[in-house]
Amino acid sequence: MKLSVWTYEGPPHVGAMRVATGMTDLHYVLHAPQGDTYADLLFTMIERRDHRPPVTYTTFQARDLGSDTADLFKTACEDAYARFQPQAMIVGASCTAELIQDDPGGMAETMGMPIPIVPLELPSYQRKENFGCDETFFQLVKALARPVEKTEAITANLIGPTALGFRHRDDITEVTRHLEEMGVGVNVVGPMGATPEDLTRLGAAHFNVLMYPETAESAARWMERELGLPFTKTVPIGVGATRDFLEEVSGITGLPVRTDESRLRLPWYSASVDSTYLTGKRVFLFGDGTHVAAAARIARDEMGFEVVGLGCYNREQARNIRRVAKDYGVEATITDDYLEVEAAIEAAAPEMILGTQMERHIGKRLGIPCAVISAPVHVQDFPARYAPQMGFEGANVIFDTWVHPLVMGLEEHLLHMFREDFEFHDEAGPSHHAAHAPAPRPAEPAHEGGAAPRPAAPDSPRDISTQEEGPAAAGGIEIVWRPAAEKELKKIPFFVRGKAKRNTEAFARERGVAEIDVDTLYEAKAHYAR
Amino acid sequence: MTESFTPPPAAGCRDTPVLKERGQREVFCGLTGIIWLHRKMQDAFFLVVGSRTCAHLLQSAAGVMIFAEPRFGTAILEEGDLAGLADAQEELEREVERLLDRRPDIRQLFLVGSCPSEVIKLDLSRAAERLTQRHAPRVRVLNYSGSGIETTFTEGEDACLASMVPVLPETDRRQLMLVGALPDVVEDQALDLLEKLGVGPVTVLPAARASDQVAVGPNTVVALTQPFLGETLSALERRGARHLAAPFPFGEEGTTAWLRAVAQEFGVSEERLEEVTAAPRARARRAVAQAAETLNRRSLFFFPDSQLEIPLARFLTRECGMEAVEVGAPYINKQVVAPDLDLLAEGPVISEGQDVDLQLDRCRAARPDLTVCGLGLANPLEAEGLTTKWAIELVFTPVHFYEQAGDLAGLFSRPIRRHDLLKLEAAE
Repeated sequence: MKLSVWTYEGPPHVGAMRVATGMTDLHYVLHAPQGDTYADLLFTMIERRDHRPPVTYTTFQARDLGSDTADLFKTACEDAYARFQPQAMIVGASCTAELIQDDPGGMAETMGMPIPIVPLELPSYQRKENFGCDETFFQLVKALARPVEKTEAITANLIGPTALGFRHRDDITEVTRHLEEMGVGVNVVGPMGATPEDLTRLGAAHFNVLMYPETAESAARWMERELGLPFTKTVPIGVGATRDFLEEVSGITGLPVRTDESRLRLPWYSASVDSTYLTGKRVFLFGDGTHVAAAARIARDEMGFEVVGLGCYNREQARNIRRVAKDYGVEATITDDYLEVEAAIEAAAPEMILGTQMERHIGKRLGIPCAVISAPVHVQDFPARYAPQMGFEGANVIFDTWVHPLVMGLEEHLLHMFREDFEFHDEAGPSHHAAHAPAPRPAEPAHEGGAAPRPAAPDSPRDISTQEEGPAAAGGIEIVWRPAAEKELKKIPFFVRGKAKRNTEAFARERGVAEIDVDTLYEAKAHYAR
Repeated sequence: MTESFTPPPAAGCRDTPVLKERGQREVFCGLTGIIWLHRKMQDAFFLVVGSRTCAHLLQSAAGVMIFAEPRFGTAILEEGDLAGLADAQEELEREVERLLDRRPDIRQLFLVGSCPSEVIKLDLSRAAERLTQRHAPRVRVLNYSGSGIETTFTEGEDACLASMVPVLPETDRRQLMLVGALPDVVEDQALDLLEKLGVGPVTVLPAARASDQVAVGPNTVVALTQPFLGETLSALERRGARHLAAPFPFGEEGTTAWLRAVAQEFGVSEERLEEVTAAPRARARRAVAQAAETLNRRSLFFFPDSQLEIPLARFLTRECGMEAVEVGAPYINKQVVAPDLDLLAEGPVISEGQDVDLQLDRCRAARPDLTVCGLGLANPLEAEGLTTKWAIELVFTPVHFYEQAGDLAGLFSRPIRRHDLLKLEAAE
């Protein structure tokens, strides 16, 4: 048993819903109690879908238990087929139905339906949403895809995009465009937009573009083995990764890399002098493994940031992310415990967070700007405009998105010069979006409902309270700030003040200095100057 | 004084045959009530014993993540907990110890049962008893089920309040008890009206804090402020309290009828009632009139959601001039909603339970001017050209009593006004 406050991923059957909802002419019969239908609103509200997800819930109640839940399931299957006439159905159980062991898959197979029925085994008490996507798509592909004659022209399948995916809709368009520029056509896109019938033609492509390993890696590996389809290993997020991806496509197809550079703006925007202020910005990255690995490369190599911490919530990507972290000289935070992530961010004291909607909240609380790079998604992650993450346009979008929360170049200097100015005080936040300025860190942590003292993280190995007061007290010396030094410290911009404070205290401790005065502060500054 | 209202219909819906359906239900489970209950009871923590689905529901139903650490959480059952039940009990107690260590401000802890915990028959009442013994008097540990196999949406609040009743102290005091978790602003208005009427003492369940003494006994008269509190009412009746049947305090008419029932019980004169209510009634009437212009003669279709449907249909038909086509409720407790059914003119289909596909067929055939439904159905119906109102807003917004009557009507008129306002076609 594990206490959870907020979760990064839903249960695995929500993953199966993401596959079913992304596809057309597929129906999902889910053995589940009333209440599990809440998942419909993820799609109709967050993604603003104009159709109900193609899911029939059996809606069993307490009084049905032990008697006719199995009959309920059969009736639901028959009614769903009669009403929706899908090309194929997937059947499975949610967490509660898993416990009553009705075996929906077995029952459905004996019902003699005139369409393919694909049973799903999604262990709700072990696995999560991404696994649910990956496993569902894999089972569908395994059941439906057969060796077929290759298309005459060179084509690829784009696999991985689902409903409720982070920018999947626009990534499809962007990747399709890059492939077209190289002379590669698209055979099937799936799950998003595909029918079960389309999945039978997957083998006609010459290779697979694995867009999101989280949702389609098992299917990609199966198709490689069974249908002889190689798949791309590079996820084209960022300029460098997109170029590597195009090289990879070239290697697979034998076609030369051809691409329209004129629409790519990130390199020049990043090189232009206005971007100098981005140099060495300390960023913390958290999200799903694929997006974090890609963002780390962009952050360091294309934006000139310093990566001070990174991690992911999906354990399936733990090994990959640990490897990336090693490359960046940081410790990987692999956890789905929101409070642990918060503690890690607080300890790293970054100037910006590149995270999920969850980290956006952490950022607000800590007064650190945040840009969103990964699911879990929020209604804001489905913008009306074209906003991919992949390819050249994706790189342009990422440049804008990441720069937006920051204080701009000259503005930063003005803040520094006129610290006491009534408009330009350091708690004003970036002038271009006052309403979204990070909340200044309150002197006392805000108490929810006014009653609760802010608790330490439940399962976190770190103790927040010793982090906040620790540096001054640890090491055997009680370090005191003299008033003048403290006043001077306040003149340092708030987003680097925490770091300056810690560095100065560490500097003082190393030298056995118990009282910090203005000179100590500047000596420490000189010592740590890069 | 009742002259200003439409006379009660010759035939109401009390004896209208109810269309009972079962099939797929597009409603939340009882866990959802935690979203507002944890705000209302400021020293309470709600610990759901359930699955990742439960945690995901609470996060998604709230629509936004509430800042900082909320006073609710989910103890997620894992493979190991399902293997041996003794372990699950121990694990739960360990999680509670940890939680209470971390949150010394907590005075009431609710262990909330879910579908999985009910199916594996995890005995939360035994856990609650043991934990109460260990932590009394600082923390009181109670349990109830918010599972989807037993409760629909607002029935979660009912189960929660009902779980509090057996441990309320006994009193012989003659008193009025208001039952229902209302927004503070609304509760204050209600108490103010009752004070002006000279009705007292008044006690409210649930109270904001465990230390606020709420007692019950044979001289307690219960006025429900929400129609979904049938179990709580039965529990209070078992403690000797008496139910005051009345229409629910929505709109000018409902609020006045509700206050009149209380006034008559406590011997307040009709003149005094008139004196206290004249001004707010006039305000409510003016506020409702604006929205009613938009709503008048428009047809209305309720999908089942919160059990507020019948009282709201009464308000919308009688005070806003709407025409109800179907009034669907997840569950109809006639003891509680009969006074509202009496005022609802016969005509609409009254349905209980749900088979969502069949109900959608009826809705599409009727093409109502306004459909009140859950978030899973709203956008798909809008895409079919129907105008919808999200039902969930009705339990998240202050809508009771006179001063909110205009806001309540406004919730229904806004989607229609918006539909009329938007001009997205070319001018020619």
